[in-house]
Amino acid sequence: MEALLALIVGVLTACGVYLILRGRTFPLVLGLTLLSYAVNLFLFATGRLAIGLPPIIDRNLAETIGGYTDPLPQALVLTAIVIGFAMTAFLIMLALKARAELGNDHVDGRPDPGDRA
Amino acid sequence: MNPLVIAPVLLPLLAGTLLLLLRGTLSLRVRRGLNLTLVTMQILLAAILLMTVGEADILVHTLGNWPAPYGIVLVADRLAAWMLLVTAILAWFALLFAVRGTDAGSRHFHPLFQLQLFGLNGAFLTGDLFNLFVFFEILLLASYGLLLHGGGARRTRAGLHFVALNLAGSTLFLFAAGTFYGTLGTLNMADLAVKVATTPPENLGLVRAAGLLLFGVFALKAALIPLHLWLPAAYASTSAPVAALFAIMTKVGAYCLLRVGTLIFGEDAGPVANLYTDWLLPLALITLIVGALGALSATELRRQIAYLVVVSVGLLLTAFGLGTSAAIGAGLYYLAHATFAAAALFLLADIIAGGRGTSLDRLTPGPAIPRAGLVGGLFFVAALLVAGLPPLSGFLGKFLVLKAALADPAWPWAMVLVLTSGLLGMIALTRSGSLLFLRADGRSGATPASAGDLAPVVGLLALCLALTIWAGPILGFVQSAADQLLRPQIYIQAVLGSTIQTEHR
Repeated sequence: MEALLALIVGVLTACGVYLILRGRTFPLVLGLTLLSYAVNLFLFATGRLAIGLPPIIDRNLAETIGGYTDPLPQALVLTAIVIGFAMTAFLIMLALKARAELGNDHVDGRPDPGDRA
Repeated sequence: MNPLVIAPVLLPLLAGTLLLLLRGTLSLRVRRGLNLTLVTMQILLAAILLMTVGEADILVHTLGNWPAPYGIVLVADRLAAWMLLVTAILAWFALLFAVRGTDAGSRHFHPLFQLQLFGLNGAFLTGDLFNLFVFFEILLLASYGLLLHGGGARRTRAGLHFVALNLAGSTLFLFAAGTFYGTLGTLNMADLAVKVATTPPENLGLVRAAGLLLFGVFALKAALIPLHLWLPAAYASTSAPVAALFAIMTKVGAYCLLRVGTLIFGEDAGPVANLYTDWLLPLALITLIVGALGALSATELRRQIAYLVVVSVGLLLTAFGLGTSAAIGAGLYYLAHATFAAAALFLLADIIAGGRGTSLDRLTPGPAIPRAGLVGGLFFVAALLVAGLPPLSGFLGKFLVLKAALADPAWPWAMVLVLTSGLLGMIALTRSGSLLFLRADGRSGATPASAGDLAPVVGLLALCLALTIWAGPILGFVQSAADQLLRPQIYIQAVLGSTIQTEHR
């Protein structure tokens, strides 16, 4: 499972990095979103991977005596998801505003030389 | 538990909420007065906090009364209190300029202004790495709003770059924080400082990678070369009071580099000791030269000032990179000076641009500015400050940094590059000054700048004068702040002290 998760984080990051290096705002937004997915998965895994264990210690629950999964990364991921969501929303609005005001969707606000043709 | 530590975070949050709620019921005039009063209260709070930590130990506030490594802590040491005071004073003057009319451009200027202060104060006070990330996001989201305030295609373009770069930076921050938690099992900065010294060899590479990722993130915020390219466009295209307030934004990055570099990767960090110092000094020195060349090549006054901000970051980080107590003390003194002087120049550039009709702040001969003598005199004083010429605080700060640099083996480099960048900056400002004020012909017909417009500029310049006159006591304080930073045991003891005792019991 560790290998699979590492692979997913790696592929998401690579795609994200490729997309944010593109010249238009839509791939940029997608790339930043993929990067935030990658980092959320990564944060989740920092508490070590465990299956079927509760994130709380309760004496009345039989499973918790055998072990528990670290609750802190889950709280961190939740915070990161909320912040990432708000930032993506803001970025999309800004990209739309730039599209309207600059007349094209290039991140520098000027069309490529080949676009006129 | 100490309510004084959390008050500088709570006050702007509540103030921002209040201003948002009252937007519909109170007139703009009343809200302006209210906001100014609230920022004045923050100055007073920061001053009280500074006096308290100046005499006593580090103050710690445990949120929700959870003991240190488990709960989030807010820590007020001398450095944090100094940063809070500089921020609050700067914000007051920026706001004083904004209420002259800039704040009418969009509906949420006043709440955003307070939320920006909320993020800044929180970033200076927090003792938890993840909490630092959260406060970074708060101050960035507020800064995006402020940067775009007033609208216009140029601001939108600069804003898009600024937002995208900072979002990428935030992702790197999260990767670094996650790696720290995965290898060391904690995010409390004092606890990290304890645990990093005993990193097992198999995790050493990971901890080093996480530390350097953090370095990259803070270098992006501080505009250290080669991550400085966002700054000139963003600062040159936004409105004047926002640019003035942003003078502190690069210092947040410098503050974080100093905090993490001395606390977590300080002398006691064992295998990863002094992780940042090898990188910081050379990059800071190159930043000085690149910034100065940028200032020389700028074709607009505001872009030139933005490059001079990059130069000031270079000198600041040179001081922090030297790493001795004297150098850090000199750097903290220079930090206050550079912030106020850059803000004064940004505000002045707006007045100059307003007085030149269609020429705006382009560095070409244009119509004469009304009241050119007064505005030109202020520009001259501000240029003296920024270029670091005697007898004002810029010279004092630069001199102290250079004096501290003599103890370092790299002193010839520091000497040559700092002095060259100073010379280039001086040439750039002389050229702009003579173009703007001496080679002017005809009248622009613009209304002359009123006393109210010039008051914030004069105030900021007077602050720099005060920094020069009371340099003795101020240097005494920043020196004690630097000494406190170089003995991280005090910080660790203050944060974890009670917990360590409990474990021994």
